[in-house]
Amino acid sequence: MRTMGDETPAGDLRLANLTKRFGIFTAVDDLSLTIPQGSFFALLGASGCGKTTTLRMIAGLEEPTSGQVLLGDRDIAGLRPYKRPVNTVFQSYALFPHLDIHENVAFGLRRRGIRKVTDQVERMLALVQLEGYGRRKPAQLSGGQQQRVALARALINHPQVLLLDEPLGALDLKLRRQMQIELKRIQTEVGITFVHVTHDQEEAMTMADTVAVMNAGRIEQLGAPADIYEYPATAFVANFLGQSNLLAGEAAGHSGDDVAVTAHGARFSVPADRARTDQGTVFLGVRPEKLHLVSGPDEVPAGHQHVGGVVTDASYVGVSTQYLVRTAWGSELSAFAANSGAGGRLPVGAPVTAHWDPRHAFLLPRAAGEDDQTSPVLDEPPVGALS
Amino acid sequence: MSALAHVPTPAGQPAAPPGVRRGRRRLLPYLLLLPGAAWLLVFFVLPLLQLAAASLYDPSGSLSTGYAMTGEVGNYWVALQAYWPQFARSFAYSAIALVLALLMGYPLAYAIAQKAGRWKNLLLVAVVAPMFTSFLVRTLAWKTILSDNGALVGLLRDVHLLGADGRLLATPFAVVLGLTYNFLPFLVLPLYASLERLDPRLLEAASDLYASPLRAFRRVTLPLSMPGLIAGTLLFFIPATGDYINAELLGTPNEYMIGNVIDSAFLVRLDYPQGAALSFLLMAAILAIVFVYLRRSGTEEVL
Repeated sequence: MRTMGDETPAGDLRLANLTKRFGIFTAVDDLSLTIPQGSFFALLGASGCGKTTTLRMIAGLEEPTSGQVLLGDRDIAGLRPYKRPVNTVFQSYALFPHLDIHENVAFGLRRRGIRKVTDQVERMLALVQLEGYGRRKPAQLSGGQQQRVALARALINHPQVLLLDEPLGALDLKLRRQMQIELKRIQTEVGITFVHVTHDQEEAMTMADTVAVMNAGRIEQLGAPADIYEYPATAFVANFLGQSNLLAGEAAGHSGDDVAVTAHGARFSVPADRARTDQGTVFLGVRPEKLHLVSGPDEVPAGHQHVGGVVTDASYVGVSTQYLVRTAWGSELSAFAANSGAGGRLPVGAPVTAHWDPRHAFLLPRAAGEDDQTSPVLDEPPVGALS
Repeated sequence: MSALAHVPTPAGQPAAPPGVRRGRRRLLPYLLLLPGAAWLLVFFVLPLLQLAAASLYDPSGSLSTGYAMTGEVGNYWVALQAYWPQFARSFAYSAIALVLALLMGYPLAYAIAQKAGRWKNLLLVAVVAPMFTSFLVRTLAWKTILSDNGALVGLLRDVHLLGADGRLLATPFAVVLGLTYNFLPFLVLPLYASLERLDPRLLEAASDLYASPLRAFRRVTLPLSMPGLIAGTLLFFIPATGDYINAELLGTPNEYMIGNVIDSAFLVRLDYPQGAALSFLLMAAILAIVFVYLRRSGTEEVL
């Protein structure tokens, strides 16, 4: 059955020094990474970061300027797309409008000369819960249904790697959540390597085993979603994946198991295993949900560190209340308080003390001259606001 | 709506009679149709009926003595017997011209629609530009290009592609060439419109799903360009089959098509019944071909 895969051992997908330039613009810059067989891998980044170009190079729709795309031991970078054991779920679905659903799903099998397709197509339509839709045309289906047809059309070929290019981007929020769970279920069921490109951090975190955060053609950080979220490697990651309060400071090396930091005239410390650097200009980072607000310094628990300020904004978003606190030096910190029923809401103008457990803080390198950074409050409740 | 209809009208308010407004609205589409319908009636339906009647006149009459309406169905049979070679030639020439035009026009339309980028509009203008001059002038220009002492014939004789007394003008080749050239834009423009809407991502998807470029063309591009292809071939084939200018200017009586015969029946021989019968035969043949063609190409919705 696996006509394309017979001659090569299935294996990990490896990108080696992959580079793509369009004129003077470098879309993908010397990218190297390994995606283990059977994993759900997410390439996360803002639009224009090179994630889709990377995906298209794996699919063969874009030719790399240099570098290798290895599947197992075989370099497939020179193969035409129709010769690769790789299939894609396109952002726009790209279903063939003149063919019915059955023929859309059977397309790949037929092109490889397989005559008896009905059973496989039926099974695949059942997998994506579209039994009985075979004779309809794509235009007669809703967005979510078309998305599932696109998935079935790719999966039926049993590719070694399935590429998903923002497949849920066109769906509304509720349907997107539903499809995220669905995709994850199907991936576990079929055990194919999924490479998922998205700009939606929540989507990446809920679905993927491993997330690579891309920025300007390079990978900023790669790891399990929780690891990246809890201990980001760069200021970009800290603010792209969730939100962060980043205080500009100077690190003064180790003192015991801690790294001492001076920021805005106050002294703080961060455990050494949560410091990406221990010298020079740094960002001291704390996630908004790890920042707790109390009315005065005497209420700060032992071992916690704190700064004082004034509440300048309180947004009630249902599950939590999101506060902005202006510090003595004029920066604003963002703090989320879960609406768990404990403690009242703080009014705007109230003097408060924001405190945190140093084990929840992290230290990142900072380019000299960069000032404090606080993510703006988003419309949607951010990831991890309650977790 | 119906619930509202039961609400009694408050006394004193003059309720508009509902039938009048609705009636006027229902009439509007027909009013909009009126000018076009009147035009078609006067300049298409009536002449057509007149022509149908003429095709059944007694052939022994003449313009000066007048024709008697005798329901002479035999006119058709006589016309067909006398001129079937011209009929056959018309269809053969326009079929060959159509094939040539497809071979040139499809790649051209595809290139303009999908690959031309910022040159797209310029290329479209280039396709349409010849239509800015008259059909006659263009065909006469070909007469010059193909003439016996022209540069083209000289070159072909020099490289021995043509014999020393070989010629291009006044040959079937010249007539087919003229047909191909003159009607090419009618094929290219609808094809272009179809191919322009073709989403290149569908070709990427086909390629991703193991279709070689050739198969992607066969399975995706061609079926999706079918509406343009059908419209284009009809717009090419129908006028090309009835054309007589190309055979007249670029051919000899040996290359005459049915259009030339009809032309001479009406304007030279003044045999109106026969001209009318030939016209109807041509129309019937073309309608039959178009009908079969549309059926075969699986576009019942066009009919």
